[in-house]
Amino acid sequence: MTNLDLSKPTSELAPSGTPLLEVDDLHVEFRTRGGVVNAVNGVSYSLAAGETLAILGESGSGKSVSAQAIMGILETPPAVINGGGIWFQGKDMLEMSAEDQRKIRGPGISMIFQDALSSLNPVYSVGFQIGEMFRAHRGLSKKEARKRAIELMDRVRIPAAARRVDDYPHQFSGGMRQRVMIAMAIALDPRILIADEPTTALDVTVQAQVMDLLKDLQGETGMGLILITHDLGVVNEVADNVAVMYAGEIVERGTVDDVFSKPSHPYTEGLMGSVPQVEAKGGRLRPIAGQPPNLARIPSGCPFHPRCARRRLGADAAPGRECATDVPPLRLVVPGREAACHYSEEVLGVPAE
Amino acid sequence: MGRYVARRLLLTIPVLLGASFLIFAMVYALPGDPIRALGGDRPLSPAVIAELRERFNLNDPLYIQYWEYMKNLFQGDLGTDFRGRPVIETIERALPVTVKLAITAVVFEILIGLVAGVLAGIRRNSFFDNVVLVSTTLIVSIPILVLAFFAQLLFGLKLGWFPIAGTNDGLYSYLLPGLVLASGSLAYVARLTRTSLAENLRADYVRTARAKGLPTRTVIVRHTLRNSLIPVVTFIGADIGALLGGAIVTETVFNLPGIGREVFNAIRSQEGAVVVGIVTLMVFFFIFFNLVVDVLYAVLDPRIRYD
Repeated sequence: MTNLDLSKPTSELAPSGTPLLEVDDLHVEFRTRGGVVNAVNGVSYSLAAGETLAILGESGSGKSVSAQAIMGILETPPAVINGGGIWFQGKDMLEMSAEDQRKIRGPGISMIFQDALSSLNPVYSVGFQIGEMFRAHRGLSKKEARKRAIELMDRVRIPAAARRVDDYPHQFSGGMRQRVMIAMAIALDPRILIADEPTTALDVTVQAQVMDLLKDLQGETGMGLILITHDLGVVNEVADNVAVMYAGEIVERGTVDDVFSKPSHPYTEGLMGSVPQVEAKGGRLRPIAGQPPNLARIPSGCPFHPRCARRRLGADAAPGRECATDVPPLRLVVPGREAACHYSEEVLGVPAE
Repeated sequence: MGRYVARRLLLTIPVLLGASFLIFAMVYALPGDPIRALGGDRPLSPAVIAELRERFNLNDPLYIQYWEYMKNLFQGDLGTDFRGRPVIETIERALPVTVKLAITAVVFEILIGLVAGVLAGIRRNSFFDNVVLVSTTLIVSIPILVLAFFAQLLFGLKLGWFPIAGTNDGLYSYLLPGLVLASGSLAYVARLTRTSLAENLRADYVRTARAKGLPTRTVIVRHTLRNSLIPVVTFIGADIGALLGGAIVTETVFNLPGIGREVFNAIRSQEGAVVVGIVTLMVFFFIFFNLVVDVLYAVLDPRIRYD
């Protein structure tokens, strides 16, 4: 699964167009009794039609929270979007009324979640839950909506759709349930589909089928796909571009081929080092030392510095580039590649400017 | 489903038999002589006592008495009390009172308990939510006897809004006792609804419903309320069975001639036939409404199947 797919477009060939979605300097915090948790700390990215952007990171890196902020489905309180902007087709979603935001969810931006069993309502049939999209957004009748639900179930390749439309979520297998979720999400031909760990709960063969389905649907509709995952294999298979998140920030961004073959941030480097390689038989994996940061107490300077093998502290550091005190901005390292590390050139193995 | 219901109904027969025997044995074991007490201040003549004891088989051992009782029961005869009044007439007179009281109480449980619970659950930690939490805690911690007298004093006597006792004002006279009887369950329903709703609002499928762009009303009513009400409906259903068992305290304080009061009086005067007849009926109600709840459960939650 980690083999590079050469048929995939690289950054220069990636589908171009006006950005469907622009996220700029997004900040989200959770105000809890135990203090403020800084879940997302200045995330920016954009997504074009037909583009697949993978957001990669471990649990608690802020990847799901930023996606839910875009969807406008964060629980507020405790979550507060306290900075930045989200533009969908040029319109600022954070400035919109709640009702206008709601109307974008479904036909504009749609989302599928990790655990399809708990994400589907157990007391309604799948056909009813898919059909709800047409009833709520298009005003279709119950009967008409059921018909459309069957068509969609066919489209996501659920066998015997007409017979299974009135079945309940618990009567489906894990892979079929995720297809139901996908059918629901693509019902109104959204411009953007956000898939939050869509295959994590599935076994490997089913994972591949679901990812293939998503890619096929994207090919048919030209929607933008944001793929949130911690699965490097999935990213490598399907994504055009990747943004690596750590402690609520994007620490590296570029095309998947570039980032995976030559990381320019020590965290990305660490991630690649912890993937088992078929060729490297008998070798030991090199996990990243330490624990993910506590988002209520993010380390000073570079948030990754306590775990970083390449950190430079005190006199070792270049002026203004002390890892424990100076925050590294996300900056262009080489064309098409951004990283938030003082010493990215060193990681990448290119001379500093 | 049909087979399941049939099996459950068949199972009620041994339960009712067992229950009736236990009740019979308990009345038999009570100290004192019911016939002697019948005369009150003017003792009955020994001849009359002997005759009555003979007529009600009181000289026989327990199992013979029970056998005689059951023999008559299967011929549709519930027997009579010691004054010769048929038990079936007592039940026919008292049951409608209890049914009206129980319905009034359930209506209060649903109207007040459910609505308060839903509003509190939706606006968690709001002022209203705190009012519900404090008032329900208060209600469940006061014994129903105190609550009943307090309601009589305040709403009946001081404010004069409701009749204090009896059934002379038709359904209106059931309002206050119904409210008192419902109070405990009402508080429980409010809390159960609140907790269940608050929990369900955090469920993944509610997040999905919002991600689908459904209107807030649909998200709450269709995707949260329905799921949250499953445990509440279960509780209310079982509670109907319990309420139909009559409320001895409420019926006594408000002087309502329901089966709760009848059975209480019958226990005091050791009227075996009356006690067994009424209590077995209560047991049947309880079993029956528990069955209704189990069936309802499967209707509300498609994950539950009995076949």
